[in-house]
Amino acid sequence: MKKATAQAVKKNKIQILENWMKFQLTDEGLRDDLMNNEELHAQSVLLLDALIRAMETGETLHASSREFDPIRDVLGEISVMRARRGYSPRETASFVLSLKQSLFDAIEKEYKKEPESLYKEIIAVNNILDALSIFTFEAFLKGREEIILRQTDEINEISTPVIRVWEGILALPIIGTLDSARTQIVMENLLQEIVATNSSIAILDISGVPAVDSLVAQHLIKTVSATRLMGAECIISGIRAEIAQTIVHLGIDLSNIKTKASLASALRVAFDMMNVEVKKVDRRSNILLK
Amino acid sequence: MDRIPILKMGPFLLVTIQVDLYDRLALNLENDLITMVSKTEARGVLIDISAVSIVDSFMGRILGNIASMSRIMDAETVVVGMQPAVAITLVELGLTLQGVYTALDVEKGMELLQKKIGLNLLNNEEEEADEDDRNL
Repeated sequence: MKKATAQAVKKNKIQILENWMKFQLTDEGLRDDLMNNEELHAQSVLLLDALIRAMETGETLHASSREFDPIRDVLGEISVMRARRGYSPRETASFVLSLKQSLFDAIEKEYKKEPESLYKEIIAVNNILDALSIFTFEAFLKGREEIILRQTDEINEISTPVIRVWEGILALPIIGTLDSARTQIVMENLLQEIVATNSSIAILDISGVPAVDSLVAQHLIKTVSATRLMGAECIISGIRAEIAQTIVHLGIDLSNIKTKASLASALRVAFDMMNVEVKKVDRRSNILLK
Repeated sequence: MDRIPILKMGPFLLVTIQVDLYDRLALNLENDLITMVSKTEARGVLIDISAVSIVDSFMGRILGNIASMSRIMDAETVVVGMQPAVAITLVELGLTLQGVYTALDVEKGMELLQKKIGLNLLNNEEEEADEDDRNL
């Protein structure tokens, strides 16, 4: 790339920025609900400044060269921020691509009399901008993935409550698919709670588990074994008809584990094991007796 | 050499492991315990491992061994107070200690042993009574 190109861009910076902003504001993908115009303007200035600084530094310029590190930082921040605010991929990519037109206008004015140089310069600038938009896209996706990971963590944290339903009886409703990581959390929470409350019976309710395959069954068996090692009994409840079918079809042996269809019947078994009796009191006859 | 004390409480033997078991110590414990069972004709063995924070497959095997050996000598084994981390480790190692009774703490372990032994005694008496009936 020629020095003249960088100078031309720098000279016409205000004009380019104006055109670019105009282009962005008239674009149908403009999201003024997510970001106000001042912020958009500030971001545009930041990017253009970084681009000009990079273009001034060298003649043989590739988008992967070190001169572009500051640009990548700026773009990375902008993309991640847009991913968090809920921009679509198209809207994010067009932020960089829309700069092309206004840059080309400025370069065209500079090389009006040398078509050959104009062609070369436009190709060079085009390549750089393409590479930058690819980078933007990558950063955008990375931002999205970070959000997804964070949400998974949050779901894991909130979805494994251990409830003390009675003195010595814990219930643990499992909602959502059980994978290895979640089983680990469920198991740790349950065992810790068993120690903390000195409970001797734990009820694992799997009515919120959408499907049970051999892996999930394996995890359940592990949890039950660990509870047994601690010295507590474990009852699995909430086994729906489909789940019972799949378990038998898969040939999983749950005969060593106490299973019940509903939480209520599991609770009744637990009461039985603890020699607790729940009775209906007839208040009317009490009054009559008095 | 380090030894783990074995206490006799009526028909039961009580072992509280206060240190992390290394292999030699565990082997000694197995030896001493079985000797004590045969010497005292104990009916139950209660092992408290609430202070043990590290286990390996060897330790798991020793616990299983003690239980099977005691069973042969007509004594039940109860392991009490296992830490959550220890339980998870044993399960991950595939050692679910089948044939070993477990309880949350020493108190509940004692209750369990008494229930087991009491049941056994009851059964024996019934059998004897049956035999007596037949003899009559």
